[in-house]
Amino acid sequence: MTNLSDHALTRQGLPASGRGQILLLACGALAREILAIKAANGLDHLDLQCLPAILHNTPDKIVPAVRAAVAKHRDDYDGIFVVYADCGTGGLLQTACEELGVEMVAGPHCYAFFEGVESFASREEVTAFYLTDFLVRQFDAFVWEPLGLAKHPELRDMYFGNYEKLVYQAQTQDAALTAKAEACAERLGLAFERRYTGYGDLDGVLKTLNV
Amino acid sequence: MSDEEDDIILSELNDEDLVAQMFDDLYDGMKEEIEEGVNILLERGWEPYKILTEALVGGMTIVGHDFRDGILFVPEVLLAANAMKGGMSILKPLLAETGAPRVGKMVIGTVKGDIHDIGKNLVSMMMEGAGFEVVDLGINNAVEAYVEALENEQPDILGMSALLTTTMPYMKVVIDTMVEKGMRDDYIVLVGGAPLNEEFGKAIGADAYCRDAAVAVETAKSFMARKHNQGAVAS
Repeated sequence: MTNLSDHALTRQGLPASGRGQILLLACGALAREILAIKAANGLDHLDLQCLPAILHNTPDKIVPAVRAAVAKHRDDYDGIFVVYADCGTGGLLQTACEELGVEMVAGPHCYAFFEGVESFASREEVTAFYLTDFLVRQFDAFVWEPLGLAKHPELRDMYFGNYEKLVYQAQTQDAALTAKAEACAERLGLAFERRYTGYGDLDGVLKTLNV
Repeated sequence: MSDEEDDIILSELNDEDLVAQMFDDLYDGMKEEIEEGVNILLERGWEPYKILTEALVGGMTIVGHDFRDGILFVPEVLLAANAMKGGMSILKPLLAETGAPRVGKMVIGTVKGDIHDIGKNLVSMMMEGAGFEVVDLGINNAVEAYVEALENEQPDILGMSALLTTTMPYMKVVIDTMVEKGMRDDYIVLVGGAPLNEEFGKAIGADAYCRDAAVAVETAKSFMARKHNQGAVAS
């Protein structure tokens, strides 16, 4: 049975099942959303492999990891689609995908495509810190611990002093998760806003992938 | 931390051991100990500039190297920087009084649309430690703010920082404006920030991309040395 624990998605990712014509090579933070879109739309021709979501914190490691995965699976599928946005790679992921002959999701990061890339850009929210469903569940692993805030809470304002609000982009309607997101905002000393996005652009992008 | 380390009395150490201990304290982000060490060295008659370069910058350089090599991470670097800041706040007024050598002047700021300043602040601090006068414009700077600061401050170097893929292209807006105004060649332009790379720096017309604060200092020094050499040849 596939292991979909958040911890596993964060640290190990998710192996491909080997079934399907197109491999989605995705960030582990998107696994649940992609599987939900697949199931809701009967997209059985899409297989999913996730790289460890924690690469989000070290964008310089994303490009080599994507390159290696594409090289490994290229011969096993009719096509590969990279379900990453730029994700802090400074355009290097786009360049790598062009070299590899594979396509990827448009936009600067998942916060943008969940909300809709154009709508996200038009907001020009300079002082907003974003969390998705996955990042709310994994807040400690992605934010609190790597930034050393458990040991050194005095560093909080050095990191977040210029932010004003935490925007929780909700992919699902989940009261418990919303409460957790609000608690995250409080821990960071930020105002809280919940914004229901659903799957945003991701839904449409996956539906257009055909053999 | 061991009991043995807890028992160290800084004032009882000779100069060499005290500086070595300050390196350790800086590495461990112990601000109060750094402030105490700075005061002890001042009492012993050390020049503020000597304390800055030998005790603080020396220690911070080790921190920088270990960050580059993946031994230390951002939280530890911030704690070390905070400790160094404590020491520098004592030394800064004294440095002004004693006329410490000035290597050059830099205007630095995070670009428009970007509020991230941790890297920029580290660069500012290390540049000051290396003898540069730094004018920090803060965050979210439009091109007009950069141009105005360049005209008013007449620095040698312009530093621009960005953490976001969406904001880093704004550096080109600033450089292009400098070109339009015929002022680009009057300044050394250094850029940095997590999503940047050397190719990007070249593509936008910066003089150099600096991957971290230590590299920024070395690059700035090297450009200043070249500038002085060119000046010497020209005169």
